Amino acid sequence: MTNKRYDLNKQLAQMLKGGVIMDVTTPEQARIAEEAGACAVMALERIPADIRAAGGVARMSDPKMIQGIQEAVSIPVMAKCRIGHFVEAQILQALEIDYIDESEVLSPADNVYHVNKNEFDVPFVCGAKDLGEALRRINEGASMIRTKGEPGTGDIVQAVRHMRMMNKQIAEISALRKDELYEAAKKLQVPYELVEYVHDHKKLPVVNFAAGGVATPADAALMMQLGAEGVFVGSGIFKSGNPKKRAEAIVKAVTNYQDAKMIAELSKDLGEAMVGINEQEIEILMAERGK
Amino acid sequence: MKVAVLALQGAFIEHIHKLESLGVECLELRKKEDLDQQFNGLVLPGGESTVQGKLLKELDMFDILKEKIEHGLPVLATCAGLILLAKEIENQAENYFNSIDMVVKRNAYGRQLGSFRTIEEMKHIGQVPMTFIRAPYIDQVGDDVEVLATVDQKIIAVKSKNQLALAFHPELDDDLRIHQYFIDMIEKRNVHK
Repeated sequence: MTNKRYDLNKQLAQMLKGGVIMDVTTPEQARIAEEAGACAVMALERIPADIRAAGGVARMSDPKMIQGIQEAVSIPVMAKCRIGHFVEAQILQALEIDYIDESEVLSPADNVYHVNKNEFDVPFVCGAKDLGEALRRINEGASMIRTKGEPGTGDIVQAVRHMRMMNKQIAEISALRKDELYEAAKKLQVPYELVEYVHDHKKLPVVNFAAGGVATPADAALMMQLGAEGVFVGSGIFKSGNPKKRAEAIVKAVTNYQDAKMIAELSKDLGEAMVGINEQEIEILMAERGK
Repeated sequence: MKVAVLALQGAFIEHIHKLESLGVECLELRKKEDLDQQFNGLVLPGGESTVQGKLLKELDMFDILKEKIEHGLPVLATCAGLILLAKEIENQAENYFNSIDMVVKRNAYGRQLGSFRTIEEMKHIGQVPMTFIRAPYIDQVGDDVEVLATVDQKIIAVKSKNQLALAFHPELDDDLRIHQYFIDMIEKRNVHK
């Protein structure tokens, strides 16, 4: 990937800001998401809650299903490959996907190495629990970051923890003297230049969304107030009682995330939220995949 | 002078940074009540036009802004913003402000792999960097629309009355001339009023 292409890929993420990216499993759901105001959709065979329930190995989705979704909507389409599975990534690039999510939601294909995303022309988004993970993924070529949260749980606690951790570490780096950044880079296991960028700009060098556990308009607004630049909603929409209404409410809550009165209105009569799983009840911690 | 920037979704903060660096005060438009304030110009930023168009209508902002645009409020529209101004959008029944006589094609360069950056001549300004992200282009324009720039024979920048509409993103490059030109448009209108 040339620098120019990398810039264009970071810039596509800038266009997604202030928006909601929704998990969809069929062209029909993709259309509902688009009509509800999604700024992009994530095409996958099973949403995280079902992956969790089904167990077994979760892989990249059927290309035919992904293409069906690409044809169904005009907004950007993303799809997931397994961590380290560079051939799945090559396939998604061949499908001209708009964004690849190298995702801990799927079963990792490699316990050590991530995909060398610098070799690709299509953009990548990756999950991170803290600043070190985020900067390592960016060094590998990710042009967008999202918190990992804990997918498929409907529990926001991990996304909050990851976002707060990222904010805290960014504030700490920003407060350092320049001559202390070398040591910080060593501790974070990332290149000096990326730490220097965070120090100078007080933010990540790429757009940062929240993901993993968002189930209500209030969850989405919470993540925005904590500094997320947009929100991924996975299982939260199509595992709920009234997907269209909930999706529309979450979109509006992300735009007006500081307007409690509006969010109160939006939160009325949304039907049943997805059934949540508490942190202590989870058998597989997806966020521990790929560090 | 105060410029309102539509802040429903997309890359609006980039426009605000550009305008503020030129000494202009900005106002974010997120809901109907924000429209009660006075402003002299409007920026329609990049993002997803389907999202912005839907939110404009559902948050009851659409009619008020449409009226202001029809009454000559200066507008700078980029990418998704350009789509919102078009009279006709190819392969889509719904249009939005319908304030520039032009037919636009969404995602005209294909998916993200078709995104590109170039430097081309723009009328009134000169050579400018142009960043296209899943961009539209303009297929046809009416008689009262001035074509400002083309890339590979496709129209990508136009002016119609007080509206400046661009398929690319001047807010993503380190060049302030287009925003300055827009500010000049606002000042000219205020003098004439």
